[in-house]
Amino acid sequence: MGMRVDLGEEIADLQGPGPGRGRTWLGRNWLWRVLSQSLQAKIGLAVLLFFVAIAVLAPWIMPYDVHTPVGPPYEPPSWEHPLGLDDGGIDMVSLLIQGGRVSLVVGFAATLVAMVIGGGIGIIAGYFGGRSDSILMRITDYFLVIPDLPLAIIIAAVWGASLSHLIFVIALLLWTTTARIVRAQVKSGRERVYVMRARSLGASDARIIFRHVLPQIGPLLVATVVLTIAVAIFDETALTFLGLGDPTAITWGSIIEFAFLRTAISAGAWWAVIPPGLCVAFVIMGCFWFGRAIEDALNPRLDVSYLSPRTFRVRPLPGTEPETG
Amino acid sequence: MRRADYLIKRVAFAIVTVFVAITLNFFLFRVLPGDAVRNLSRVPRASEEFRHSLEVQFGLDKPVWAQYLIYLRELFHGNMGVSFSDQQPVWNNLREALANTIPMAALGTVIAVAIGIVTGVLSAWRRGKTSDHVSTNLAIAFYSFPTQWLALVVLIYLSEWFPSHGMTDPFLIDPTPWEHLVDVLRHMALPSLVFALTLYGEYTLIVRSAMLETLGEDYVLTARAKGLPQRRIVVRHAFRNALLPTTTLIALSLGYIVAGAILIETVFSWPGIGNAVYQAVTERDYPMLQGAFLVLTVSVVFFNLLADLLYFKLDPRITE
Repeated sequence: MGMRVDLGEEIADLQGPGPGRGRTWLGRNWLWRVLSQSLQAKIGLAVLLFFVAIAVLAPWIMPYDVHTPVGPPYEPPSWEHPLGLDDGGIDMVSLLIQGGRVSLVVGFAATLVAMVIGGGIGIIAGYFGGRSDSILMRITDYFLVIPDLPLAIIIAAVWGASLSHLIFVIALLLWTTTARIVRAQVKSGRERVYVMRARSLGASDARIIFRHVLPQIGPLLVATVVLTIAVAIFDETALTFLGLGDPTAITWGSIIEFAFLRTAISAGAWWAVIPPGLCVAFVIMGCFWFGRAIEDALNPRLDVSYLSPRTFRVRPLPGTEPETG
Repeated sequence: MRRADYLIKRVAFAIVTVFVAITLNFFLFRVLPGDAVRNLSRVPRASEEFRHSLEVQFGLDKPVWAQYLIYLRELFHGNMGVSFSDQQPVWNNLREALANTIPMAALGTVIAVAIGIVTGVLSAWRRGKTSDHVSTNLAIAFYSFPTQWLALVVLIYLSEWFPSHGMTDPFLIDPTPWEHLVDVLRHMALPSLVFALTLYGEYTLIVRSAMLETLGEDYVLTARAKGLPQRRIVVRHAFRNALLPTTTLIALSLGYIVAGAILIETVFSWPGIGNAVYQAVTERDYPMLQGAFLVLTVSVVFFNLLADLLYFKLDPRITE
């Protein structure tokens, strides 16, 4: 901040939170603007929508049933079965479609739970501060250091394997990061001049939170949600691979697990191993491209590099920069 | 005085974290439904007296707090219980496993950090050019690949050249120390390679954004205005400052290293602590699972503390 504070609170307000690092407010229609400015955002969102569409349409577009064998084990790819068959003679394309459906549901549900818990606690801690804030910070401090996967493993191992347990275990790992991000943003958001004005006009805490603070941090929340989905899907495959998923559910994680356990490697059946991992990777990359594009738009400081000639320019003066950057 | 304060704070935090993990470890196995500990005394068709004698033997008749104190006392005496599957003390099993994991994981991590720093710095330097796009997207791809899947892919395509299973060749009889070392290194090649591949992407992205932050600082503009050559600005001015956030973030990624060890060792049957976790999960060997969680947490906390101290050394501003 330094000298910027001297220029008046209003200008500091435009600069966004923190010591001149990034902002939260991108203006109205921010999503549209991020999408039109960034190729990465477009590709990322397109990839995500593609997989979501397939998951939604799964029952109508699955070429074969995922419980009836249609040929010999590990039959190589052919015209009828473009990705071959798995160890039970089941069509890989159908398996991938069905697996994607369940994997996405697990990823989205875990993210939803993590956002509700983490977002709620983050808002309370950031907005009201005081003791609830310091307790939250202590708890998350410890959770950040304790390694995630081993913790998830012991909870899942003792609790028993089912899809809903898996969702809650993953959410339990992810809520702390969300809570910290939301807390930091709410904390700086509540100090804005217009929030203070609203309060002096007699607005209630709930109104200030939902009408003034939350819309401010909207873009950042979307970026956090998208990046959390990526981690949740990654964790699902890892836990399922270790035998902690629902043994009856078909997910991308369980397809990889079965390929490992049922000797797809020694059978040379690359088609039973490679496609599920690529699907997971594409979804995660989609989340990553989209989420990072939003984060980049939130952090215009990174646009300034004094080394490369193309972006060689002096950082915009406080207050003179257009709202969209 | 302030330096000492900082050190004491960090050490105290590390100790409390370990204590939190120990407490979690104790209660998770007792509080959750399907209580692992109560199951010990659940013998089918056992008489009431027999069940009761089992409960007394395992200390289950005592209140939870008394059990907790016993657990703490035994832990401080180095007693982590006995493995269900091989009846060996858990600590003996884990010590051996940890000694096998550390060199493999360390080799992979060091390679990943080295590649990550080089690609990250170059990416930030060449920002917006094709080489930056290629290297950043490659890093995102490797960050996105599920670890166990990458290990399987490496196994499919590279197991012709390197051993794919275990840590030593069982048919090598009476090897000289040198032969033994070469044998272990050959077995280490694939798991360490996968380790490096899964981690390097994240490190590239961390180093790149840390570099981009520092390249926008005023002292870089000053250095530029003085007419210093670009190489010198990048290495002496930007990179040295970018190292600070990088150390913190790499320390925070220790959790990924542990996760990587579990998944990679499972695929390659590397007899380390990750594989021990996998075996314990499949055999429902709770004492081993508990012990492994504790050992992994303590190692992460220890390396975190080390990173904190390093940060302290790197950044003299921290005491202000």
